[in-house]
Amino acid sequence: MNGAGLTAALIGGLLIGSAAVLLLLFNGRIAGISTITAKLFFSVAGDRFWRVLFLLGLIGGARIAYLVYGHVPLPRDSFPVWLLAVAGFLVGYGTSLGSGCTSGHGVCGLGRLSLRSLVATCLFLLTGIVTAVLVRHVFGVLS
Amino acid sequence: MKKNYLVSLIVSLFSGLVFGVGLVLSGMTNPDKVLNFLDVAGHWDPSLLFVLGGAVGVTVLSFRFILRRKAPLLEDHFHLSDAKKIDGRLVAGALVFGLGWGISGYCPGPALTLLANPGWETWIFLPAMLLGLFVHKATSRL
Repeated sequence: MNGAGLTAALIGGLLIGSAAVLLLLFNGRIAGISTITAKLFFSVAGDRFWRVLFLLGLIGGARIAYLVYGHVPLPRDSFPVWLLAVAGFLVGYGTSLGSGCTSGHGVCGLGRLSLRSLVATCLFLLTGIVTAVLVRHVFGVLS
Repeated sequence: MKKNYLVSLIVSLFSGLVFGVGLVLSGMTNPDKVLNFLDVAGHWDPSLLFVLGGAVGVTVLSFRFILRRKAPLLEDHFHLSDAKKIDGRLVAGALVFGLGWGISGYCPGPALTLLANPGWETWIFLPAMLLGLFVHKATSRL
């Protein structure tokens, strides 16, 4: 890990935080990706369009950054398909059950000094760490 | 159409755009990098601490001033969760999400940005994530 990588990480983090500030200051909304996505499907009609635009912006912003900045992630062809499917299911189920993810609880919830979000963030970070260590070093997937 | 509503839609799009650029710049959209951060027993990559630190630094410093207002600039009230209780759902949800995150290296934001550069992982992970969402919503209404 070099200084340029850490600088990019910090700038990226500042941009993510700024996006959350914009959405809260102007629209009074929390930039939590899992809840914004869930309510695309489970909310009243007038509450959907801004979510569509936010998510299109998210994908478009990533697209622009890939085109300008490069560093497109390489496909992980040796990653087991079934395991990725299981992981996707767990992420969708868990963020719905726990009402938030890295952005909603992590970036925005911590920003509101919410104890619920602090507990959730510590728990998913710890679980993520234990899981990643086990999957790589004990089960030997992509280690 | 009310002018404020139109502007709020533009803000939504722009906020998403900034968020998406931030995710790519920060390295969060690269699952290997995320796993190198979570895998503290391997070649540990500390950079995601800088991502979280940068993002939370901005929100902690700004949200307190924003939330002192009676309302956001373009709407008549803030849309915030008023849940306070640390209950089994919150804990179980965080554990299940952490498990999926630690396996794959994707949390929901980076998972959606897969659509900016689609590959095989896109068409496996995203439908599975939506299925997980739908199964939870369907079963929690029983």
